[in-house]
Amino acid sequence: MSEALAHPTTHDEAWRYADGDWLAKADPVQLSHWHEHEVPAGETERGFALVEPHEGSKVDRLRVHVGAHARYEHFVINAGALYTRCELDVVLEQGAHFELGGVILGGGEARAEIVTRVVHAPEATSNQVVRAVQWGRSVGNFLGRIEIPRDSQQVDAAQNFKAILLEAGASANAKPELEIYADDVKAAHGAAIGALDQTAAFYMASRGIAPEAARRLLVRAFIADAFVSVKHEEMRDDLLEQALHYLEGAAL
Amino acid sequence: MLQIENLHATVGGKEILKGLTLTVSAGEVHAIMGPNGAGKSTLSYVLGGRPGYEVTQGSATLDGQDLLALEPHERAAAGLFLGFQYPVEIPGVSFVQFLREAANAQRKQRGEEPLSGGEFLKLAKEKAALLRLDMDMLKRPVNVGFSGGEKKRAEMVQMGILDPSFAVLDETDSGLDIDALRVVGEGINAIMRKPDKAVLLITHYQRLLDYVKPDAVHVLAGGRIVKSGGPELALELEEQGYEAVA
Repeated sequence: MSEALAHPTTHDEAWRYADGDWLAKADPVQLSHWHEHEVPAGETERGFALVEPHEGSKVDRLRVHVGAHARYEHFVINAGALYTRCELDVVLEQGAHFELGGVILGGGEARAEIVTRVVHAPEATSNQVVRAVQWGRSVGNFLGRIEIPRDSQQVDAAQNFKAILLEAGASANAKPELEIYADDVKAAHGAAIGALDQTAAFYMASRGIAPEAARRLLVRAFIADAFVSVKHEEMRDDLLEQALHYLEGAAL
Repeated sequence: MLQIENLHATVGGKEILKGLTLTVSAGEVHAIMGPNGAGKSTLSYVLGGRPGYEVTQGSATLDGQDLLALEPHERAAAGLFLGFQYPVEIPGVSFVQFLREAANAQRKQRGEEPLSGGEFLKLAKEKAALLRLDMDMLKRPVNVGFSGGEKKRAEMVQMGILDPSFAVLDETDSGLDIDALRVVGEGINAIMRKPDKAVLLITHYQRLLDYVKPDAVHVLAGGRIVKSGGPELALELEEQGYEAVA
């Protein structure tokens, strides 16, 4: 897909929200490098990715080929403090499923992205849920591309992005792209960007819960959507706590 | 217990409370009635400290403590409970989690030991039974998917668990059918009818007062108390309307 863009700039649609200054200086070899992963037909596999604030600007690109009737689940927490891009290119064979749970948390000057492209064979399904929590002057982006070629009937593809901006000055961008050439398919996308629910925060305060604790509960509930598909309760709690850990720096 | 003196408050720059004065002593239940737009809900939000409700003049104290100087969560720890006319839904946060966090946050502010998980569940079960609310409902997200009546009963379960010294109940009777009204009324009596507690009931109708007998009834109109009396005043209002009486 992107090999041709050996050195992307913010003029490229797929990089429009990137940090242009960093891109211009970035190592082209690193930018164009893709990790490859193969999920054999009928298998179920799960991947985790974590970007921590102390890591520098970087682009992580993963290409996954999911065999017929196989399932690949990917969970990512992007808490980078500079420009960090987590990109997934997923090709689903017949009847395969892709599940994405993504969380972006950032403050200061962070510019964090989750970028996906999912190509569906007939009867393939996908579900992507991404939640972003931004404060300071940070930016959280989700760019999600769903491709359903002409012969790929009976596909069911969904993506959902929501962002909470804790402070004025923070922002978020959603760029859903649906390229659908088959006619008997389901494809859904939704995006919403807003502030923390102040009514709920006051309701909690009226019961004695301090603002920081209320914010933590509300943010926890908000990002939990991204991990709903993790069936193992302990693993789900671990992921949530890990993500919430990066909220500590947030001001209110 | 609760002392409000010459309270003026604005919402969005518009003055809603215009010199409200009210005293409620320990052991008493007072009812506030009044037409729509009189400032009844504003009074409850001002006492609770809701952002956007600005006090421009006057004072409100609870047991001598200046309520208006406290943050909303500190008012709760000081013993104030607000029963919401429209209880708020919080997806993703279970009632049990929410209330245990709230109870322990209040205990912490008062310098008390936190309740263990077992102690909390025992307390929650007892109060849910009192209000005839299925304990399983408290495992669900806060108020999500609850009917109007269930939300109001859940408010009273919260009041039972948090055990405040003073409750302001804003139209707790709205949205209740006859049976639920009785259960809620009996719940209020069981939880709050004590010598060291008091209640301010904000209501449109006489019917809740059949179950929770007030010691005094006040008419709020135009942002101030325009008439006060005994329980008979509520009956008079019900028969003749606010305009004739106040």
